[in-house]
Parts: sequence; C-alpha cells; structure tokens
Amino acid sequence: MSGDVLVLFWTFVIFIIMLCATGVYCMLVTRNMIKVLIGLEILNKGVTLLFVVIGHITKQEPLVQAFVITMIVIEVVLIVVAGGVILSVYRHDESLDVDNLRNLKG
Amino acid sequence: MILILTLLVIMVVAAVWGVMVRSLLKTAIGLAVVSAIVSIFMFRFNSPLAAVFELSVCTGLITVIFLSTIGLTKPISGEQLSSVTKERLKRYRYLPLWIICSGVMALFLVGLPITIIFVQRTVETDPRHVLWNLRQLDLFGQIIILLAGGFGAVMLFKEREDNEW
Repeated sequence: MSGDVLVLFWTFVIFIIMLCATGVYCMLVTRNMIKVLIGLEILNKGVTLLFVVIGHITKQEPLVQAFVITMIVIEVVLIVVAGGVILSVYRHDESLDVDNLRNLKG
Repeated sequence: MILILTLLVIMVVAAVWGVMVRSLLKTAIGLAVVSAIVSIFMFRFNSPLAAVFELSVCTGLITVIFLSTIGLTKPISGEQLSSVTKERLKRYRYLPLWIICSGVMALFLVGLPITIIFVQRTVETDPRHVLWNLRQLDLFGQIIILLAGGFGAVMLFKEREDNEW
C-alpha cells in the first residue's frame, strides 16, 4: 500500500474515532431522549464515513455506495420510529428525561 | 490534504458543539453540519449517488424530522433551567478531555500493521447495477424495513378512541 493512501486512511481513522467517541459520550451522559438519538446519529455518521473511506481505498466504490444507501434507509426508518416513540412518551409523561422512564422497571 | 484536514476538524468541532450546547435546535444544526461534511467526503471519494442520498435524506429530511420532534415538545421552564444548567455543565465538562484522549489513543493505532487487501475492481462499476443485480436481497430488506417503519409510525400516531393517554 502506498504511503499517501496510508496517511489518508489513518488521518480519517483518527477523526472518525473522535467522532464516534463524541456520539458515545453523548449517548452515555445525556438524559434527554432526543439528544440520545442525535448521539446515535453522530455514531452512525462515523461508521458511514469509515465505509466510504475504505471503499475508496480498496477501489470498491459501487459496492460501498449500495451499502451506504441501505444504511441511510435503515437510519431514516429508525429516526422516524424513535421520534414517534419519544413523542408518545412525552405526551404520556410530559418529560423527555430518560430517568422518568421507570414504568416498566422490574 | 489541507482541505480534508480542515473539513475533518470542522466536522468534529460541529459534533462536539452540537453535543455540548443546551439548545436542541442547535444540536440538530450541528448534526446537519456533520452530515453535510460527510456528503462532501462522499463526493470527493467517487461515491456521488451515496453523497446525494446523504445530502438530501440525512442533512435534509432527518434534520426536519428532528426539528419537528423538538417543535412538538416544550422546553423546560425558567425555574428548572438554572439547576439543569449547573448539572449539565458538570456532566459535559469531561467531553473535550474524552475527545482528546480518544484522539491520542487513536494515534497509537497508527503504527499497527493493518493490511488492507486491494480487491480486484468488480465487473460492475455502476452502483445502480450493484444495487439492482448483485445486492437484490438488500433491496427486499429495505422494502421490508420501510414498510415496518411506516406501519410503526401509523401505530404510534394513531388516534386513540378511548383516550388512553
């Protein structure tokens, strides 16, 4: 593998790890349900970017594009359903705090 | 390379800003900026179809969904605000440190002998052919997921006759 490709790969890997770390921290620390979803989205962006970079390096862009499109479809459905669940919880509890979701606690 | 580095830095800064800021609207805008920069990288790395999807669906549609969800919920009142702000500062103060630590830990990975196998370029060079001919099962999966999502949304927003809310 040539040096330029390696530099490009590692540069992206470092920043993608930082992006994923931001998403994980957001999901772990925040108590707002919408922000948990946004943390998940940030994590998803990091994974998508890693897919694209690896596809470019291995010259498999068409296959990676098919995967990314599938990921985007799944992402949208996830956001719509999770947004609906969050709104339902908000209507029920008048709160977006995850600490208040204790109705199903065993 | 300078352009790529600049975009990467802006992307991480937008994500950190979006997570740390109190307003959910600004968080959604931060996410949209991250998504737009990811789509720029897709354009640069010869993935224009995925880039268009990312730009239109993730930057546009998902941001609109988030803004609608945020608009349908009420912000917290002034009394709770001061206590929540203090608590938030306590919780988020470690985020920049956590980002720097993860970046430094990622730097240690650089020396690892990771081998990326260069695969022979596939016969199909058009992503549309890959999607329709090689990955047909993915399309079935996508259709099922879309139907499941639509069904889920209908069930969630269905008007309840017996006022169970």
